[in-house]
Amino acid sequence: MVTGIIGKKVGMTQLFDESGRVRPATVIKAGPCVVVQAKTATHDGYEAVQLGLVEERPARVTKPIAGHFKKADLPPTRILREVAQVPGEEPVKPGDQVLVSMFAGGERVDVIGTSRGKGFQGVMKRHGFSGGRASHGSMFHRAPGSIGASSYPSRVIKGMRGPGRMGGKRVTVRSLQVVRVDEDNHLLIVQGAVPGAPGSYVIVRKAVAARSVPVVEEAPPKKGKR
Amino acid sequence: MNAIEAIEQGQLTERPAMRSGDTVRVHVKVREGDKERVQVFEGVVIGQKRGGARASFTVRKVSFGQGVERIFPLHSPVIDRIEVVRSARVRRAKLYYLRALRGKAARLRERKPKSRA
Repeated sequence: MVTGIIGKKVGMTQLFDESGRVRPATVIKAGPCVVVQAKTATHDGYEAVQLGLVEERPARVTKPIAGHFKKADLPPTRILREVAQVPGEEPVKPGDQVLVSMFAGGERVDVIGTSRGKGFQGVMKRHGFSGGRASHGSMFHRAPGSIGASSYPSRVIKGMRGPGRMGGKRVTVRSLQVVRVDEDNHLLIVQGAVPGAPGSYVIVRKAVAARSVPVVEEAPPKKGKR
Repeated sequence: MNAIEAIEQGQLTERPAMRSGDTVRVHVKVREGDKERVQVFEGVVIGQKRGGARASFTVRKVSFGQGVERIFPLHSPVIDRIEVVRSARVRRAKLYYLRALRGKAARLRERKPKSRA
């Protein structure tokens, strides 16, 4: 067993829950995946499982990549990603299938993807700076303001937030709830948004920090005199 | 049919054909504690938003002199049923101009049902 699967974001929609409220939902086409390589601590220095996403579109491969797939005796895939193995279980071997049926409705998952590129952005959009007043003669609108003191230290300290390229980075959204799993069509529906544009590739893994289901406890008796 | 349409298909419900300007009675299920009853919201449809299972419509009524608008998801399970009471001849899809009108000025000219195909 592995902890994750490769998927493709199909898009978003909305679903009505049991109380009739509208909930945002993202549809992910997850898998089918094949295990291309099982990495071991002795051979590769760390434990991991390399998965390939099986798609209709054939992969265009270079000779080294073709050799990599030949070793596993599999047709090449366009997308390769690494996920972890569930500890204490029988190790997977190349050629094993990973399907969306590894998840069940109600379960929590983490979704990892590449966020949409936003281009070169200022500090207000990129870092949430509050900016200045728009009107009443304010001459300070969207500028970052002071970036440090003067003659001491005579430089800008490292890590100062400024304008620059925003988005297009690896983003993890944790503990999203699985609404529904459609094994026949390899679809996974999660509540909420996931990083990236429709058509972008994501990794869906079992949540690393899933909150346990809240248990209703009886209120402890109030302290103090009766 | 793509995956999203297939998923939305399961959410669709049978709803009567409506147009902007129609006066409708929306029967809404209301939960009070563990009891459920049906409340009727009657007013003029002043706009519709299409989009499969994401479609919605806005109903406006004047309640005790106060304009009230409710936006319903068209396929919401909270809606028991919708009745079209009367139709009116209107010349635009969104009747937002009604918000500025009161009383006699906010009347709409009735449209005979035969004009509907």
